[in-house]
Amino acid sequence: MSSVPEMLKSKKMDKMIVSPSPHLHSPASTNSIMRDVVIALMPAVIVMVLFYGWSSILVLAVSCVSCLCLEYAIARWLMHKPELFNGWSATVTAVLLAMNLPTTTPWWIVFIGAVVAIGVAKMSFGGLGQNIFNPAITARVFLLISFPVAMTNWSMPQGFIPAVDAVSGATPLGLIKEGLKSGQSISEALAASGLDVHYLLRDIGGSGGEISALALVAGFIYLLVRKVVKPWIPLSILATITIIATIFHAVDPEQFTGPNFNLMTGGVLLGALFMATDYVTSPSSNWGGVVYGIGIGLIVMMIRYFGSYPEGMSFAILIMNCFVPLINKAFHQKKYGRA
Amino acid sequence: MSKLTFSIGGIHPADSKLARECKIEVLPLPSKMYVSMFQHLGAQAKPIVAVGDKVKTGQIIAEPGGFISAYVHSPASGTVKSIAPRKDLAGFNVMHIEIDVEGDEWAEGIDLSTELVTKIPEDREFILDRVKMNGVVGLGGATFPTHVKLNPPPGKTADCLILNGTECEPYLTSDFRILLERTDEIIVGAAIMQKVLGGCKCVIGIEENKPEAISAVRASLARLGYPGISVAVLRKRYPQGGEKQLIDAVMKRQVKSGGLPIDVGAVVQNVGTSLAVYEAVQKNKPLITNIMTFTGDVVPAERQRNYLFRIGMPLSFIAEQAGGVPEETVKLVSGGPMMGKAIAFLDAATVKGTSSILCLGEATRRHPETPCISCCRCADACPMGLEPFLLKKLHVAGDLAALEQNAVQDCIECGCCQYSCPAYVPLLDNIRIAKGQVMGVIRARNAKK
Repeated sequence: MSSVPEMLKSKKMDKMIVSPSPHLHSPASTNSIMRDVVIALMPAVIVMVLFYGWSSILVLAVSCVSCLCLEYAIARWLMHKPELFNGWSATVTAVLLAMNLPTTTPWWIVFIGAVVAIGVAKMSFGGLGQNIFNPAITARVFLLISFPVAMTNWSMPQGFIPAVDAVSGATPLGLIKEGLKSGQSISEALAASGLDVHYLLRDIGGSGGEISALALVAGFIYLLVRKVVKPWIPLSILATITIIATIFHAVDPEQFTGPNFNLMTGGVLLGALFMATDYVTSPSSNWGGVVYGIGIGLIVMMIRYFGSYPEGMSFAILIMNCFVPLINKAFHQKKYGRA
Repeated sequence: MSKLTFSIGGIHPADSKLARECKIEVLPLPSKMYVSMFQHLGAQAKPIVAVGDKVKTGQIIAEPGGFISAYVHSPASGTVKSIAPRKDLAGFNVMHIEIDVEGDEWAEGIDLSTELVTKIPEDREFILDRVKMNGVVGLGGATFPTHVKLNPPPGKTADCLILNGTECEPYLTSDFRILLERTDEIIVGAAIMQKVLGGCKCVIGIEENKPEAISAVRASLARLGYPGISVAVLRKRYPQGGEKQLIDAVMKRQVKSGGLPIDVGAVVQNVGTSLAVYEAVQKNKPLITNIMTFTGDVVPAERQRNYLFRIGMPLSFIAEQAGGVPEETVKLVSGGPMMGKAIAFLDAATVKGTSSILCLGEATRRHPETPCISCCRCADACPMGLEPFLLKKLHVAGDLAALEQNAVQDCIECGCCQYSCPAYVPLLDNIRIAKGQVMGVIRARNAKK
């Protein structure tokens, strides 16, 4: 305790901070939010590692090291703004990128993905908070177009927990798309590949992070509880996909896959829960988020039913990313006292 | 029963009511007091005493400088030493009357007994006159002259008098203490204001974290038996005590942008104001005392205080009486931690609206600003439904037209946006400046019409 007359004499008062209100701050910070997202991804990462084994650990490690080093190096030596480096944010991108790649991806392709995600999609737009497109998805689409073979020859789960006999093959969506292209119906295509839909729903070949719906949902619930994200974007995406798939499947079940199948495959859950909800590249208002989600759902289903790519979640999110500025112009918060 | 609250935005900062158990203590008189001429909203008061004059406690020493202004009274008896500009707590020069305190001899006609007077005067003009002559202003923060607020313009009538006992700012406990210790007087004050407003109903809004206050008020209401006064239990949420938010919470009505509460039939008064109205009308006692809290996260539990102080005591005198300022203090604040002002000059005089001295430690220090990540927590927190992240960008771009279109002038400066921002963006700093600029544009445009 310092006595007040002494304090006034000793100029201690001059050292007191004088700044405008508020004088309190909530415990949340960008770091704590990004850390929460990483924590939320952990259940799915653990399942991925259990099912895919060492190869998935390699992809994850290469992705994390490259993303962190690239972001640090670019912020420090190219942009001369070391404060732009945010380790947790780069880790989110790295983990999402790893979860979006087949676990058989060679390390150098993963590295190129990191260059595109961090270097092109994120830092060249100004770094954290400035990017227009989701960095991990941009990288995935770039790799999909550049290395179609490596990116679509998915391994079937073969990790610490034995899953199925097959070691590699196309994804179920890929199988069906190829079958339909060559004039087969869905059931014929599946019969030809020796797989059936019920079986597929349990152990689906695909990118590392798509493996467990339960783990993804558990992580997302953690984010909801921590109030990091709101549920409107994922709900509107999933609802749109369900509605469209139900209608088309009812019309012609031999040409159009059903809602369960579409929700559980092709990275829909990973995309809807963790990529479409990215703060920077999604709309700011709740209703804007709903429109954005409906847009993603529509585009995914149009690509799957009528396009040439088997899945389409990445494209749908990137396309809707482009519309975010316009959506933000159209939807605003409800204001007090202004009808 | 579901608890009431406002409909847009809001935050839940930690309560930190560290001084809630501390009874109100009366401070001794210092040797000098400085009475500010600018302790209310509106025009400065004009001194009506001269240097060398002898003054008594409660004597009028300055009169209103305009329609929206207030009388000012001497807080002690003594001699007027000087009438000169002096720094207020923020360091701005304001005219003060300096009084050499010689004793506590009260002016004529002031009832100093503590006996409760429950009979309410019949004459409305008499009540308004007493409120005005005794210098009562709103004690919830804005210090708007109470007699003006109690006298709605012709054609406007009050449906509901809302008594603000929310005290939603963390740390502050002065309203809570008077709700416990001066309950009956507050209720009589409410009944007086009810009468002046033409017998509208009265709702006393108290947040759920003050159950003792809620039961004390309910017991007092049952005892005194005034008709049409009830308690509304509100959910704990900041800024519930904001006038517009409280009207929304209690009456489910929203004041139009640029409008006044009376437009939707509401008059909001703080519980402290109600106590001041009681003393002014029933005791003819001018507003020369108020209650304040000495607290803060670095003040040990045994040194937390609630004080009854004379308006004009230097803050430094009060801090000294409280045992000094803790070494760990990095910022001194007067008012709540969300909307209070940082103290730049500790020798500054207390004013009618002074509600606390907060000694805040390292946790109050600002972090360096980092990039906005568009998480929209600021927009979710804004109780006016604004988009602070957008307003900040528009301010940086200097786009005044877009700022006005996005309602920057509706900002109530509650600080929810800046509190919530995980990137430590100084949103309110930017919005305050932008708001000032836009208000200038609006005023210039209105002047031209």
